[in-house]
Amino acid sequence: MHALLLLHTVSMTTVFIPSLLRKLTGGKDRTTARGATVREIIEDLERQFPGFRDRVIENGDLTGSIAVSVNGEISAEGLHEAVPDESEIHFVPAIGGG
Amino acid sequence: MAARQEHKFKVIGTRPIRHDGVDKVTGRAQYGADIDLAGLLHGKTLRSSHAHANIKSIDTSAAEALSGVKAVITAQDFPNIEPGMAQMGELPVNPQHMSLNCIARDKVLYDGHVVAAVVATSPHIAEEALKLIKVDYEVLPHVQNVMDAMNDDAPILLPGLGKGDDGEPKDTNVANHVQFERGDIAAGFAAAEVIVEREFDTSMVHQGYIEPHNSVAQYSSDGQSTIWVSTQGAFTARDQTAMVLDMPASKIKVVPAEIGGGFGGKIPIYFEPISLILSKKTGKPVKMVMSRAEVLKATGPTPGSHIRVKMGADKDGKITAAEVWMAYEAGGFPGSPVGAGCMTIITPYDIENLKIDGYDVLVNKPKTAAYRAPGSTNAAMGSETVIDELAEKLGIDPLEFRRINGAKEGTAQAAGPKFGRIGYLETVEAAKTSDHFKSELPQVEGRRVGRGVASGFWFNAGFQSSATVAINSDGTANVVTGSIDIGGTRASCAMIAAEVLGLTAEEVHPVVADTESIGHTDMTGGSRVTFATGTAVYDAAQDVLSQLKERAAKSWKVETDQVTFQDGVFTCTTNGNESMTLKELSGKLPRTGGPVMGRASVNPRGVGPAFATHVVDVAVDEETGKVDILRYTAVQDVGTAIHPSYVEGQMQGGVAQGIGWALNEEYVYGDDGRLQNAGFLDYRMPTCLDLPMIETVLVEVPNPGHPVGVRGVGEVPIIPPPAAIANAIYSATGVRMADLPMSPPRLCKAILEKNG
Repeated sequence: MHALLLLHTVSMTTVFIPSLLRKLTGGKDRTTARGATVREIIEDLERQFPGFRDRVIENGDLTGSIAVSVNGEISAEGLHEAVPDESEIHFVPAIGGG
Repeated sequence: MAARQEHKFKVIGTRPIRHDGVDKVTGRAQYGADIDLAGLLHGKTLRSSHAHANIKSIDTSAAEALSGVKAVITAQDFPNIEPGMAQMGELPVNPQHMSLNCIARDKVLYDGHVVAAVVATSPHIAEEALKLIKVDYEVLPHVQNVMDAMNDDAPILLPGLGKGDDGEPKDTNVANHVQFERGDIAAGFAAAEVIVEREFDTSMVHQGYIEPHNSVAQYSSDGQSTIWVSTQGAFTARDQTAMVLDMPASKIKVVPAEIGGGFGGKIPIYFEPISLILSKKTGKPVKMVMSRAEVLKATGPTPGSHIRVKMGADKDGKITAAEVWMAYEAGGFPGSPVGAGCMTIITPYDIENLKIDGYDVLVNKPKTAAYRAPGSTNAAMGSETVIDELAEKLGIDPLEFRRINGAKEGTAQAAGPKFGRIGYLETVEAAKTSDHFKSELPQVEGRRVGRGVASGFWFNAGFQSSATVAINSDGTANVVTGSIDIGGTRASCAMIAAEVLGLTAEEVHPVVADTESIGHTDMTGGSRVTFATGTAVYDAAQDVLSQLKERAAKSWKVETDQVTFQDGVFTCTTNGNESMTLKELSGKLPRTGGPVMGRASVNPRGVGPAFATHVVDVAVDEETGKVDILRYTAVQDVGTAIHPSYVEGQMQGGVAQGIGWALNEEYVYGDDGRLQNAGFLDYRMPTCLDLPMIETVLVEVPNPGHPVGVRGVGEVPIIPPPAAIANAIYSATGVRMADLPMSPPRLCKAILEKNG
């Protein structure tokens, strides 16, 4: 019962797969994943597409060159960023500015 | 000219004199090179004159023996930092590469790479000592062009660093590959009525800040250190220095000096760790100041690039597909802004089918650093000139073409995320209706004249900021932040506080603090300060206001929710006769609970992107290839303009730099791999004599993600100028320029080729 409740409270998110990682997803450019945080979403992607996690996480954090956009906003909290229901996630290059 | 909307603010939107203005115009402001301490010594660096070489040995004995020399150091005096990545705020850094860029250990990777440093009782003795250092090099073949560097047989700068598309290690100079792909690009081109495909080469250019890099370091025997430095981020400089020296960051205090320009180039460290090691060795404070040649040779320029752009559009002017390939010079270590180039190149437009590839490529040139909207100006030179050509072939006005395809709220960016509320189309419309665009082209005897337009996009940034606001007993306020003030952000932060507290801008005193006097604050960059630090100031001022309401309630013996505040006056809602000004209340603070200080630390969301559309008229001398800018108008969605004069200043400065990039600026290397124009006589930046008054049109589409609607304004204005000028040159001469700079020799050659 508790597990069932949990499934209903954890969001289903649309994840857009970076084109250089689509070999891992059989060419799919988007998929759905469950998770309340970016880390949980990536763990679910790892379950679906083994090897995905190592391409985006290094030493326990997002790899230096990658940032995550949740609903159009670059996540300030990285892997800890909360992912609301029905979100859209993109993996994009990390950038700064002058 | 500023076309501005009316809004509800009393202070925001006005033009008070900047708080730091008097100090700066009277010469009292303390820049890094002005710092003087008792017993000060002077450091100088020996730099490689080879573009690529192994260091076999360094003999410093003769230099050490020179009278007045106190110490000589090499990389052996620095900790050997292991490979790896670390986070610097939101951004990744490689501490090993930072260290090796400050001082080479086994190998030099560009002309100007530091190999040793001397500290002496005078700068002149230090310079003499440099001549006595003997370095035995094994000179290696060098490569300085991205296309050559990508070849399989190219000299490899950092063996084992590269990786292939499969992520596996590979000996290559390609440090990173970015790719975006969506839709059906083949179908998109098949649906096109016209297709334009062109290739572009852009040269490496420098940010060109007037003040050279500097650092004054004092190492104390208790292990605490202080560095006074011209930097875009005191905390960023502290943390980078700590990484390079393998020290706890808490052992270093960075005191930011006034800064004479940065534009992204003063985010990396150069002399900070060297001066600190020299101070540690001698027990004395050490000052180091770069020459202009050192600045140009060895501090972060922005990359040159090779770019291919192919775009198609249907007969109605809708872009059906875009394909982009970009290779950016990283310099001697990875980290060009090619990712940002990929994310901005066609982002002003709603394009369903696209493919963008970007490569970060090592070359034997200085490690590149950020420069105003890094990566985007090169990119726009490609996309915005191809768009001009598409519009021309379809017989559509270039601004109308941009309106047809322009991004708006809900449009997916090239990288995928969708835009929130943006004002791109508003900039296109404002450009169309501007006095400049509606005017006739001026005629110049003996010259060909033309008009061009181009647009640009930049994300802007948030990142971490802290602020405190304290109320003085006379009813004024002190605002303390950790954001280095490059473009007038003291004023904008003070004005935000003043707006909240019902004060005048002059009644708020803004201070930029050192790393021990304020909470962590990321660098001044990414057009983030008025947005993020402004948010912290706004929140801190609200905190103050909340506390002051409590004090007023205490005075009147009522509940806090029975106190309102408007126009600088607190009023008791349950007793209309009770009211008191903020000034009156400030005088009573000691008897109502003591001082009042608000604070806030933020990592704000809701960043508002910036768009710009520019119009330029040029006159071309076909005999000499010289281009004169006759008129220039920059239109920009600036969000809420806190201090319109400084917003206009940012826009004009960005345009001036973009014009220099377009027409003259370039790094010129000889066959020997040495920089040939390491001085402002030969590295040609525009002066006021080269530029007309740059007109500005402020389009204010408030950012809903900020309490008062702020977007960043400093970066996007540098993006459109080269493309707009290229389009104007085409309009004048019929020549499509594809290389930057469009200098007289290049333009002359292109005109001669066109005329047969």
